[in-house]
Amino acid sequence: MNRSQDVILDVTGLKMYFPVTRGLFRRKIADVKAVDDVSFNLYQDETLGLVGESGCGKTTIGRCVLGLYKATAGKINFMGQDIAAMKEKNVRKIRKHMALIFQDPYSSLDPRQSAGSIVGEPLQIHNIVTSRSEYRDRVEELFRIVGLDPSMSGRFPHEFSGGQRQRIGIARALACDPSLIVCDEPISALDVSIQAQIINLLEELQDSVKQLSYLFIAHDLSVVRHISDRVAVMYLGHIMEICKSRELYQSPLHPYTRALLSAVPIADPFVEETRERIILKGEVPSPLNPPPGCPFHPRCFMAIPECAEAVPELRTISEGHKAACIRV
Amino acid sequence: MTRLLEVEKLKTQFKTESGIVKAVDGVSYYIDEQEIVGMVGESGCGKSVSQLSVMQLISTPGKITGGEVRFENKNLLKYKANGSEMRAIRGAKIAMIFQEPMTSLNPVLTIGQQLTEMLVLHLKMSEEDARKKAINLMSLVGIPAAEKRLEDYPHNFSGGMRQRVMIAMGLSCNPKILIADEPTTALDVTTQAQLLEMMKDMVQQFRASLIIVTHNLGVVARYAHRIYIMYAGRIVESGTTKDIFREPRHPYTIGLLRSIPRLDEEEGAKLVPINGLPPNLINMPPTCAFLPRCSHKIKKCQTEPWPEMKDVGNNHFVRCYADTKEKKK
Repeated sequence: MNRSQDVILDVTGLKMYFPVTRGLFRRKIADVKAVDDVSFNLYQDETLGLVGESGCGKTTIGRCVLGLYKATAGKINFMGQDIAAMKEKNVRKIRKHMALIFQDPYSSLDPRQSAGSIVGEPLQIHNIVTSRSEYRDRVEELFRIVGLDPSMSGRFPHEFSGGQRQRIGIARALACDPSLIVCDEPISALDVSIQAQIINLLEELQDSVKQLSYLFIAHDLSVVRHISDRVAVMYLGHIMEICKSRELYQSPLHPYTRALLSAVPIADPFVEETRERIILKGEVPSPLNPPPGCPFHPRCFMAIPECAEAVPELRTISEGHKAACIRV
Repeated sequence: MTRLLEVEKLKTQFKTESGIVKAVDGVSYYIDEQEIVGMVGESGCGKSVSQLSVMQLISTPGKITGGEVRFENKNLLKYKANGSEMRAIRGAKIAMIFQEPMTSLNPVLTIGQQLTEMLVLHLKMSEEDARKKAINLMSLVGIPAAEKRLEDYPHNFSGGMRQRVMIAMGLSCNPKILIADEPTTALDVTTQAQLLEMMKDMVQQFRASLIIVTHNLGVVARYAHRIYIMYAGRIVESGTTKDIFREPRHPYTIGLLRSIPRLDEEEGAKLVPINGLPPNLINMPPTCAFLPRCSHKIKKCQTEPWPEMKDVGNNHFVRCYADTKEKKK
C-alpha cells in the first residue's frame, strides 16, 4: 500500500462523554469518558488500526467519525469539513463518502430484504444511479467485486453463510465509492478459516479501488497488525501509542502495548518458549471513575509516583512513533 | 505417565428435522496424568460435543450412539447419565468450565452458596468447613477480599472474575481432569492471559490434567503438550504440540496455520485462506469431509472412504491419503 501524504481524516482533541443520569429529572451525576482527548490522522489509501480491550473507546471513535455520535468536544476534519460541528442534515450528505462494516453479519442485515436490495439501497438513498438498468448493473458489479455470484442477489440473508453475509455488508459499504470505510471488528464473528478470506478481500479492495482508507477497529492485535499501515493502541479512552505496524511488534514503547503484545499467543511453540510474558495485575478500571494521571498507572509494572500526577501527553519519540508515557 | 482418560470411537448424533447430524463421528483420544491437551477446531467441528459426551451432558435431541469412555478402569458410558455413579464423577473427578461464565452461574444464588454446594455434596464437608475451603479456593484463583465476595451474586463480578469463580468451582473437589471449553474466548486479551496462566499453575498445583477446547491455535501453542485437530466430527491430526506446528501433515492443519495472521510475521506477508466452507454435517459423503476444500487431494481421495488415522512417527497421527510432507517444501 503506497501512502500518499494527503490527510483524509484529521481528528484533534476528540472527547466523547456520555452523561450518567439519575432520578425523575434525569439529573446528571457523572460522565462516562468513553473517549478523552484523542488526536490522530488518517492518510489517503492508508489503513489505521485502532486496537484495545473492550471499553477503551475504539468503537466510540468510529461512531464519532461517522457522525453517529455528536462529539462532546474536538474536531473531526473529514475531506476539509468538520463533522463534529455539522448539522445532522449536512452530515448525511457527507456520509456518502464514508461507510461502516459491522461486526455481526447476522444482525446487521435486514432479514426481510433481499441481498440485492441491501447492497443497492445506498445507491437510491444518495441518488447515485439515474436509471433502473444502471442500478442493476452497479449491484451486479458490487456483487462481483466482493466475490459473490450476482445471480444470488434475489436471495435473503438467511440463505447465506457468515462469510458471505459479511461480503454483502462489504458490498453495501462500497456502493457509494466511499473514501473512508470504518471497519468495526469485521471478522471477529467469523470462523477461523473464513477470517482470512475476508481480510484478503479487504486488502484487495484497497489495492484495486482508488483512494480508499480504512479505520480498522479490532481487539485482535495479530489481525490489526496484519492489515494496518499504522496502529493506535487505546486504553480507557486515550491513545497510548501510535506507530507503524512493523514497529509495533519489533519496538513497542508503552508498557501497556508491551503487556498487550505479550498477552497474544503466537501459533508457534518454538517462538512462544522465548517470548517475554508480562501478566498484568487487576482489571481495566471503570471509565466512570478513571484513575488520576496516566490511566494505566495502577496496573503498570513501570509506574513511578509521578505517573499519578498528570495525564502524559502523546509525544513523538522517533519519527512517526508516538507514545503517552513519561517512562519512555 | 499413566493414562487417565481414554475415549474410543465416540459417536454422538443429533436428530433434527432435516436429518441426523453426526456431530461426533468416531472420535478417539486420551489424556495422561498431569498433561495439558488442546482440542482445536472451528465451530461445529464437534470439539465441545465430544467433551460434553464424556461428561454425559448430552440431552435430547442428542444421543451418544457408540464408543467407550474409559476412566479409572470403568466405561463411563455404561453409567446412566443422571445415575449416582455418573454424578459422583461429574464435577468431582472430571470437572468442566464453560465459555460463558454468566450463563453457567446461577444468578439468584450467592457465589458462596454455589461454591460450597459442591463441597458439601461431593466431599461431604460441613457447611463451616466448606465455607473455609471456598474462601481458600477463591484467594487461590486470585479473587481479592475473598471472604467478603462470598456473599456477592454473579452480577457483582466482572467477566474475568466470574471465570475465576468457575475455575475455583472446577477445582474445588480436586478433580483428576479439568475440561475447559473455550474458557477465555469471551474475555479481553490481557484477562485471557491472566486466566490461562493461572489455570496452568492451578492444574500443576492440584496435579490435575487439563483439556483446553479452543479455536485459537496460539493458545494451544503456548500451553498444550499435545494437540488434537478436529474437523467435521472427527480428529484429523494428533501429535505433540511441537510436531504439529513444526511439521503439520493434514491439509486442514496446514491450511489453518497459513490462514491466521501472526504477530511476528514479516511485513507484507499474505494470508492463504482455506477456500470454501465447513461442511454441513447432515448427509455427509463417505469420502473425506475436507476433500472439497483440500489443495492436496489425490485421485484416491475421490473414490475411497475417509482414511483411518495413520502413524507418521513419534506419536504423530494424520487422517489423510496424500503425502503432504513433500508438497509442503
